[in-house]
Amino acid sequence: MSDRAESFPLHRRDVAKTLLNARDDTLIVTGLGSTNWDFTAAGDCPRIFPLWGAMGGAVPMGLGLALAQPSKRVLVCTGDGEMLMGIGSLATVAVQAPKNLAICVFDNERYGETGMQATHTASVADLALTAQGLGIKNAQVIADEDALTANLDAIVNAEGPVFRVIKVRAEALDFILPSKDGVHLKNRFRAELLGPGAV
Amino acid sequence: MLEWGNDIYKAVKDAGVGQVAYVPDAGHKILINACIADNDIKAVSLTTEEEGVAVTAGAWLGGEKCVMLMQSSGVGNCINMLSLVETCRFPFAAFVTMRGQWHEFNPWQMPMGTTTKQALETAGCLVDEVEDPADVGAKAAATLHKAFVGQQSAVLLLNQRLVPVKTFGK
Repeated sequence: MSDRAESFPLHRRDVAKTLLNARDDTLIVTGLGSTNWDFTAAGDCPRIFPLWGAMGGAVPMGLGLALAQPSKRVLVCTGDGEMLMGIGSLATVAVQAPKNLAICVFDNERYGETGMQATHTASVADLALTAQGLGIKNAQVIADEDALTANLDAIVNAEGPVFRVIKVRAEALDFILPSKDGVHLKNRFRAELLGPGAV
Repeated sequence: MLEWGNDIYKAVKDAGVGQVAYVPDAGHKILINACIADNDIKAVSLTTEEEGVAVTAGAWLGGEKCVMLMQSSGVGNCINMLSLVETCRFPFAAFVTMRGQWHEFNPWQMPMGTTTKQALETAGCLVDEVEDPADVGAKAAATLHKAFVGQQSAVLLLNQRLVPVKTFGK
């Protein structure tokens, strides 16, 4: 296994904060599991729906949301392991081509929740190339602060689907946990987006 | 003999469904083509059925009703993703064409086809089945009502007697 990810310059908690604060009206789906903790640390709020399970489901869930709310920006932030488990969903997104959907994969090349074992991106797999091959042409890798700054507008504003692999440092961080009550998470999201009558 | 697909389409329209997530299927051909042709329905072709479960949940988060169409073999692909429906109590409606029941030609369809109902019930779904084409429309409407008004996870199995016997020319 390559150790290169231990010296990647971007820290995932900083990236989450940057993405969350870039626009105050994005609807965000975060995947199992470290991206949940990153966005909770950045500022837990009703417009974030964190997935505590359903591995591989972050992108298709974001797709259903984006199709339902074409006038809102939808951002899926998930990890490389979670993305790999639902990789075919990128082809499904490409066919639908939702203009309001962006996907950011926080790629630390590790399975964080199970003991930091290497994912397939630690050796040979390239998620940005894969996304392009599956039909999402606007797919790139972000590896440092300058690139993140340069890409921020594309992630939160550009015509989608937008796909970015953000290479983040493999590091052990504190667990900052959102509520694990799925009904509560669903209801607070719908109340924020659709009004109190939606619950 | 697949005209009952029109009855499900009518039920889907009456229920105000905005998205239909599907895996291509001969039994659902009429319904799928009707949804693709309908400008008020976003028809989402999936690479695997489990994606569809997450799409339905995302649609509901966004205030839209999404229905899933699949074959019995695909139910097995959905099991862990249905934890999303169960844990968050998302409404879920699916129409499943059955294999492994009536003049099944392919033994590889038997393991999933003979256990579809149990698998879905184990995953927390309410399961009904229809065999008479005259009942499909009413049962489809009841399934959609159970899901989107009763806020349950509701699946209607379409018995293999409703689809032409497949022989692969043998």
